[in-house]
Amino acid sequence: MTKINYITHDNQTHTIDVQNGLTVMEGAVQNDIPGIDADCGGGMACATCHVYVNEEWLDKLPTKEDGEEDMLDMAFEPKQNSRLSCQLTVSNELDGLVVNIPSKQV
Amino acid sequence: MIKKDVLIIGAGPTGIFCAHQLGIIGLSCEIVDNLDKAGGQCIELYPDKPIYDIPAVPECTGEELTTNLLQQIKPFNVKFHLNERVEELKKVETRWHVKTSGKQEFDVASIVIAGGVGSFEPRKFALKECEKFEGSSIFYSIKDKTVFKDKTISIFGGGDSALDWAIELSNTSKVNLIHRRDGFSGAESSVQKVKELNDKGKINLYTKYQIDSVSGENNIKSIKIKHDDGENKEFKTDYVLGFFGLIMQLGPILDWGLNISKKSIEVNTENFETNIDGIFAIGDICTYPGKLKLILSGFHEGALAARGCFKYAKPDEKLRFEFTTTSKAAQERLGVKK
Ligand SMILES: Cc1cc2nc3c(=O)[nH]c(=O)nc-3n(C[C@H](O)[C@H](O)[C@H](O)COP(=O)(O)OP(=O)(O)OC[C@H]3O[C@@H](n4cnc5c(N)ncnc54)[C@H](O)[C@@H]3O)c2cc1C
Ligand code: FES
Repeated sequence: MTKINYITHDNQTHTIDVQNGLTVMEGAVQNDIPGIDADCGGGMACATCHVYVNEEWLDKLPTKEDGEEDMLDMAFEPKQNSRLSCQLTVSNELDGLVVNIPSKQV
Repeated sequence: MIKKDVLIIGAGPTGIFCAHQLGIIGLSCEIVDNLDKAGGQCIELYPDKPIYDIPAVPECTGEELTTNLLQQIKPFNVKFHLNERVEELKKVETRWHVKTSGKQEFDVASIVIAGGVGSFEPRKFALKECEKFEGSSIFYSIKDKTVFKDKTISIFGGGDSALDWAIELSNTSKVNLIHRRDGFSGAESSVQKVKELNDKGKINLYTKYQIDSVSGENNIKSIKIKHDDGENKEFKTDYVLGFFGLIMQLGPILDWGLNISKKSIEVNTENFETNIDGIFAIGDICTYPGKLKLILSGFHEGALAARGCFKYAKPDEKLRFEFTTTSKAAQERLGVKK
């Protein structure tokens, strides 16, 4: 189990134990964290699982696959620290990861 | 008013195959879809990508799957109403009256919702002020390009639509193209063309900029854009175009009194009927314990929902289970009877 901190738009921190191998998106959806829609179920086809990653974590994340940046073009208010949470697989290295959920996904 | 046994909402793979199953058991139906073509996600999101898990079809693309499904329902002459969204359902005695955005009306015995994750709609600017200019100065699709002649147009986006329109409109208008990063998702040849036009001064390309604000009374006069490093630019513009792809929205489906959980409609697994008698839901839009959002599951759900529709369409008849290989009635309906 790895601890992931989800900060929702109302500034509440939800710390969740997520099983390694699941994605940060799945961790949110399975635990009813509001604000991650994940309409396509992790297929990198919807950009509604968009999160902002805290700066200190950016380098530790798996690099973006082809297509993630293209999808992020369509996300709601993308920034330089934007990622699609369905592309972030949880592992020991991510223990303590902090992601911020945007005010909206669409 | 069009009178049929069943109305199918959504022309994705699930909706199309359900029409086949209805046809086989002798029920009539028509299909409404918000998009301009049949195929749902397969045609809109991944026409060229291969699918490997359709039973007995080792590999086919989203487009091939759609073409084959349409071929399979040809014998039933199912009518499609495209570019129309279903807006309203009303129970009238034992029948349902359905209204679409195109003012089409249906009178049916039951309804099958195969709406996927909802209808596809363009993604819009996040900026609140943009709403009031929508349809006058801000557009997300282009119907009549002549209005842009000799005007200043600011196009946002980095995909094919944004690039293609920037290139096209640069012939007759002053074009600014603004994108949030240096990379583009559109075709490489278009990217090169845009860069050439930028060098020649025919397009003004701004990368790593995003919209910051818009100003004007009834129409937009100017916009401000902001660079990643915080620097602002403001310029005059007559029109703003945003091309950020499509988003799926449940929209009117939310207002029909159905039990919805996590953007999906709850159904039973016996015949995929919802909490409302005579309304069925199949494919990505339905949920039940163990639901898999796969095309193959949608086919199964459609077969059972079609049988569920039978008792509403023909309350005095009993449906017999038959195989297409051996059923004379089914073969007649398919037009293959020897
Ligand atoms: C990139 C990607 C790859 C995929 N790969 C596979 C795969 O390999 N194998 C697999 O099995 N599945 C795959 N899928 C999933 C598969 O595409 C979906 O499960 C399938 O499309 C669902 O079909 P559907 O008919 O239920 O809905 P959709 O295909 O979503 O179609 C629903 C249709 O309903 C319309 N609609 C909705 N509401 C209304 C309304 N009110 N009025 C009018 N029209 C309306 C929409 O416009 C849409 O056309 C993939 C999905 C994606 C995004
Ligand atoms: S869930 Fe759709 S892109 Fe991540």
